[in-house]
Amino acid sequence: MATVETRRITKRFDGHAAVAGIDLAVREGEFLVLVGPSGCGKTTLLRMLAGLETPTSGDVLIDGRIVTHVPPRARDIAMVFQTYALYPHLSVLKNIAFPLRAMGMPTKEVESRVQRAATMFGIENLLKRKPRQLSGGERQRVALARAVVREPVAFLLDEPLSNLDAKLRTSARDELQQFQRRLATTTIYVTHDQVEAMGLGDRIAVLNGGRVHQLGTPAEVYGDPEDTFVATFIGSPPMNLISTPTAYVGIRPEHLLPMQAFSSSEQVLPYPLVSQRVENLGADRLVYGTLAPPHPTIKVISRLPSMLGVEVRLGERQEFAVRPRDVKRFALDSGRKLDPASA
Amino acid sequence: MATHLAGTHRMLADWRARARTTGRWRDDEAKLGALLLGPAVVYIVALVGFPFLLGVFYSFSDASVGSTSLHFMGLQNYAAIMEDPTFWRSLRNAVVFALVSQILVVVLGKILAMALYREFRGRWLIRLLILLPWVAPISLGAIGWLWIFDPIYSIITWTLHALHLIAPTDTPVWLGQPGLAMLSVITVDVWRLLPLATVIILAGLTAIPPDVLDAAQVDGAGFLRRLFLVQLPLVMPVMLVALLFGIVFTFTDMIVIYVLTRGGPYDATQVLASYAYFTGVEGGDLATGAAISLFLFPVLAAIAVFFLTMARRAEVV
Repeated sequence: MATVETRRITKRFDGHAAVAGIDLAVREGEFLVLVGPSGCGKTTLLRMLAGLETPTSGDVLIDGRIVTHVPPRARDIAMVFQTYALYPHLSVLKNIAFPLRAMGMPTKEVESRVQRAATMFGIENLLKRKPRQLSGGERQRVALARAVVREPVAFLLDEPLSNLDAKLRTSARDELQQFQRRLATTTIYVTHDQVEAMGLGDRIAVLNGGRVHQLGTPAEVYGDPEDTFVATFIGSPPMNLISTPTAYVGIRPEHLLPMQAFSSSEQVLPYPLVSQRVENLGADRLVYGTLAPPHPTIKVISRLPSMLGVEVRLGERQEFAVRPRDVKRFALDSGRKLDPASA
Repeated sequence: MATHLAGTHRMLADWRARARTTGRWRDDEAKLGALLLGPAVVYIVALVGFPFLLGVFYSFSDASVGSTSLHFMGLQNYAAIMEDPTFWRSLRNAVVFALVSQILVVVLGKILAMALYREFRGRWLIRLLILLPWVAPISLGAIGWLWIFDPIYSIITWTLHALHLIAPTDTPVWLGQPGLAMLSVITVDVWRLLPLATVIILAGLTAIPPDVLDAAQVDGAGFLRRLFLVQLPLVMPVMLVALLFGIVFTFTDMIVIYVLTRGGPYDATQVLASYAYFTGVEGGDLATGAAISLFLFPVLAAIAVFFLTMARRAEVV
């Protein structure tokens, strides 16, 4: 267990800044998720923490000690790669034992530790197999076992679930979180999938263009986005952004509901809507429509819980509304969050 | 617009009709395969198979360059070469020549490949320069080496003198002293085969997923551990193929030796290939020459089977 920290860390590739001055402090035992679109610098940042890339400037600190120029093998961290990066010529047993052997641990101790790690991930019966004889899910477990076996001070995980099918991914996500809670090891997890980020992280860092746009708990990032990028990146479907003369108005799809959904005593802001298409997702219905005057005619999405039995009439103007507290406002120039007071 | 559409329709209809009638033989994989393989089969039968069988036939006969008569001699030619001390000497030389040069080629090739694997400015130029010995005609390259090993003008001797590594009165005759002559032909063989081995091993190195090497670093492996436990096992199949190529090339080729030493001095660099040539072609004794060269065949076949099996076993991905 350790803290992991970066100070004004940058990485430039051929003059282009992949990571542009990031300050990040990961707390002891925390599960921090770095999320952002592809090319946002999240993997580069993770590789700098691992020591696989040298920062152009700035520092990496593990447990308060500057390790910027310490080679990866001396950082006592473990990493799980997107491809799992198992040693294809070694059996599962030798794969898991590899980091221990590199430490020069005695054979007896290696054996018992490998056994323990294999039991933890339910792969005791695979120890003799080669990686090519394993399924995607089994490979992922072997990669995790290889990471935990050494009891490193921190785990770095680079999209470890992206090669699994959707069903397996959900269960693997659940297991991963349980392991992390049990081991209480500082974990930094990279993903482009905002659902994964919301579900896993104690805190989420939303990255774009090599910068951290927001760092906070899933609830903070979702409920109170710092800027329009975070507002539209986190959440599916994304937050509706309506440009008005004074600001961008942001409304989450689940907050834009037919007037009937609110009690008559409640004070709401009307947002009349002409619906074009309804997508029935089972638990929810997504209504795709255009705002009607006095609002600008902008395409928006409303998410109606199926329990709400309101009929949606296509092509007709229908009264929709939002609670005032669910309306976010962002500056037109910078896209940054505006104080509710100034609105 | 309407005429244009009609035109398009007609074109499509034509195309469909043609596809139905003419597509047949092109889609028949058995026939097409036979047709495409044909030239290669003819080539191998005419230029490899026929001479090989002719060689086998000669080795059991008394064929010679100067005579048109031919008699079956059974195993007499083979019995004769078993008695020939030069044959045994050539066999020993061939083994030393091939083994020493190929061990050097593989070790140096691996080192070079690792150096060239890294990204650096001007890498393409260095890669090109290293490949040059391979694209240069062997005989021309060997003639160049003939000058380098010249007893009077040798640049090697000059350099050794200039660096005071040998006494000024000491002038080694590179191709004229038995030990030095073998050393010299091995040097040239290494020079010639190193580029190919380097390129083959480089291809093998490039095929290792970078993530695996990164993982080894994070897993705490230092340079030697990464080299011997990750990189080498993963390029082993490719290295074995490079080694097999090198061994077969070196055992069967005689250009370097023909140009540099002609097997001398006192047969110190005589190998089976050159001895077969001198006996069969220059000496005119086709039958004995054929027997000498055929002696290698089962040996090389066994080596090839051995290496290919090893390579397959070492294959992992």
